[in-house]
Amino acid sequence: MEFQIIWFILWGLLWAVYFALDGFDLGAGVLYPFISKSEIDKKAVLHAIGPVWNGNEVWLITAGGATFAAFPTTYAYMFSYLYTPLLIILFALIFRGVAVELRGKSTSEGMKKLWDFWVFVGSFIPALLFGVAFGNIFMGLPFDDSGYYGTLFSLLKPYGLLVGLLFLFTFIVHGGLWVSLRVPDELANRAITKAKKIWYLQAISAVLFFIFTAVFTNLYDNFVKTPVWFIVPALTVVCLLLTGFYLIKNKNGRAFVFSALFIITLFFSGVIGIYPNLIPSSIDPKYSLTIFDSSSSTYTLKIMTIVVIIFVPIVLFYQAWTYKTFMYKITEKELKEEGY
Amino acid sequence: MDTVLLLSRLQFAITAAFHFIFVPLTLGLSILVAFMESRYLATGDKDYLRMAKFWGRLFLINFALGVVTGITLEFQFGMNWAEYSRYVGDIFGSPLAIEATVAFFLESTFLGVWIFGWNRISPKLHALSMWLVALATNLSALWILIANGWMQNPVGYVIRNARAEMVDFWAVVTNPYGILKFFHTIMSGWVVAGFFVLGISAYHLLRKNETEFFKKCFKIGAIFALVSSILVVGVGDFHAKEVAKTQPTKFAAMESLWETTKDAPMYLLLVPDPANEKNSVEAIEIPKFLSILSGQKEVKGLKEFPPQDRPPVTITFISFRLMVVLGFLFIILAFLALIKFKKIEQSTTLLRILLWSIPLPYIAAQLGWIVAEVGRQPWIVYGLLRTADAISKAVEPAQVMASFVGFTIFYGALGVIDIYLLSKYARKGPETKEV
Repeated sequence: MEFQIIWFILWGLLWAVYFALDGFDLGAGVLYPFISKSEIDKKAVLHAIGPVWNGNEVWLITAGGATFAAFPTTYAYMFSYLYTPLLIILFALIFRGVAVELRGKSTSEGMKKLWDFWVFVGSFIPALLFGVAFGNIFMGLPFDDSGYYGTLFSLLKPYGLLVGLLFLFTFIVHGGLWVSLRVPDELANRAITKAKKIWYLQAISAVLFFIFTAVFTNLYDNFVKTPVWFIVPALTVVCLLLTGFYLIKNKNGRAFVFSALFIITLFFSGVIGIYPNLIPSSIDPKYSLTIFDSSSSTYTLKIMTIVVIIFVPIVLFYQAWTYKTFMYKITEKELKEEGY
Repeated sequence: MDTVLLLSRLQFAITAAFHFIFVPLTLGLSILVAFMESRYLATGDKDYLRMAKFWGRLFLINFALGVVTGITLEFQFGMNWAEYSRYVGDIFGSPLAIEATVAFFLESTFLGVWIFGWNRISPKLHALSMWLVALATNLSALWILIANGWMQNPVGYVIRNARAEMVDFWAVVTNPYGILKFFHTIMSGWVVAGFFVLGISAYHLLRKNETEFFKKCFKIGAIFALVSSILVVGVGDFHAKEVAKTQPTKFAAMESLWETTKDAPMYLLLVPDPANEKNSVEAIEIPKFLSILSGQKEVKGLKEFPPQDRPPVTITFISFRLMVVLGFLFIILAFLALIKFKKIEQSTTLLRILLWSIPLPYIAAQLGWIVAEVGRQPWIVYGLLRTADAISKAVEPAQVMASFVGFTIFYGALGVIDIYLLSKYARKGPETKEV
């Protein structure tokens, strides 16, 4: 197999893992003001994501870095074309990170309110805008060989917004499930009640996504060409239904796993659809940035493949260990004792 | 100069400088916190545990800002410097991706373990977590400085397909410029941390607050500051020789040397006059010293190069001189701190000086980066790609204006909050002793 194809898969995988992991702590941040009734509740939600959120966000940095290393031309154009939305995501992530880490170190009520606001806004904006961005990438961006013709507002087309909402609802359900696994029962029940409601919105937006993808994008072309790939979106639907099924059955652990698998298969449905492009051009396919004409040299791709083969399993190993270590129910006593 | 270019340069300068307020302390303090926790495990002395928790909390406040401001830099390469990214991504992208894979994951994951693991994992594993954070932080510096080293002294590449392509990964990784800069940079971070610990301990010693506890901290800070400030100057000397060899325009600007000179002397007092391509004052000569410093008999002067290939002289020169002066000052201060240690609580003048010295190593680190980055101009990759040719073509002036203003305001606010929280917790002192 050509190295470009290996790196296309890895590129998709890095983004998918990022969304499956950071998705739940972004979702928890969106739910945060709606499920916490007391200071202890707030501490509990932040504690629930505390040990892992930073490590999750590194998957974003790695996805960005891998795009740079493997597909520099795509990296250059994707980031400069999407300048303003990326800037907004960046500001949101900066303030969210600071808010999650420093809220516990602030004593004044005013500062705490400010951090609370940023935990919510800083989680809401990336959850929505990552969806909008990828929705637009699925549709193709308006560029040719002399430049880019879009603006921030041209990204807010109905299909882009639909994918944005799909991401948002998905992350909220994902976050509610994670929180329910870690916090004391009363709060956990509130998180699950919210997740159950949002699941319906998630399901509706997923259905609309699969319908309107046929209308607004060419993603299905690859599937029609090679129908065996239909197994991926089929699995997406199965995972969505199983998430809902286990939610109703109150088996939150299983629901969480299927919610993560839903995110990964959903993202791969899109990735399979845009192949061999990384960013399709909506003006004319001949301008699209493909993996073959925007990649690094084979030499660089080989080096990076070796790095990934050695180090990513190590990362997965110790991150899995962290998840195992912190996969326990936080008690009220623990929350009252600590400063976080 | 066109607006997008000017604003993008200013934006990169402020976001990188702001990021580098937090990085150096992280590089050094992670090692010290890990050391304190290990001392606790080895001796059972609870003071060391309180120490790890006290300095650990300051470390976390600082780290929160360091991490998030780092993402900005990675994004900016693509956002503002698309032509650069396209042209050098085949080489420059790899160390960045490796940095994330090898270092950032380790750093972020185990810091989470350290914060939340006090009662969940064994004490040994807990101390090990901070050692891993320290290792990862310094490893991340290695990879980013290999990347920056390549911009300073490009090696292991060919120009092919209208871009620079890597042909020798090993040459990129072992680029002497990058390796020397790595050691120089991490050690400057250790100096920052050493003086941070010294200064805050001095504050409490002046107030006779927990004297025994802070004397212990003071000793650790003094030894660490002395060793690293000697090392940073030593490595700096090798680094300067490498600069003289590979970046003659930068070296000439650092010393404001206009004419190519054999057995070049150094003037302790010097005022550059770039408009007339000379120095208006040159006094207190040390014969041949510049040649010795550069490791070259004949030192190239700026006039050897056409004006459009020369960096801004005055700012490069002043930043370099000031950094060197500060570097030697740190050795003297750390030395004094160590020899006066036994009765340090009585040396109130020295304690006061040390308290007010906390910002100085930060300033020295910033000056060093000014020398490195301004001194490389007009090149973004030395001798290969000009900064003016590296800018994004798709970006509008209004977008960069908005982002520049946004960064300035937001970063300003975060800076204020950070200093407020650091000084609040630094003043508060450690948790009281358990009875």
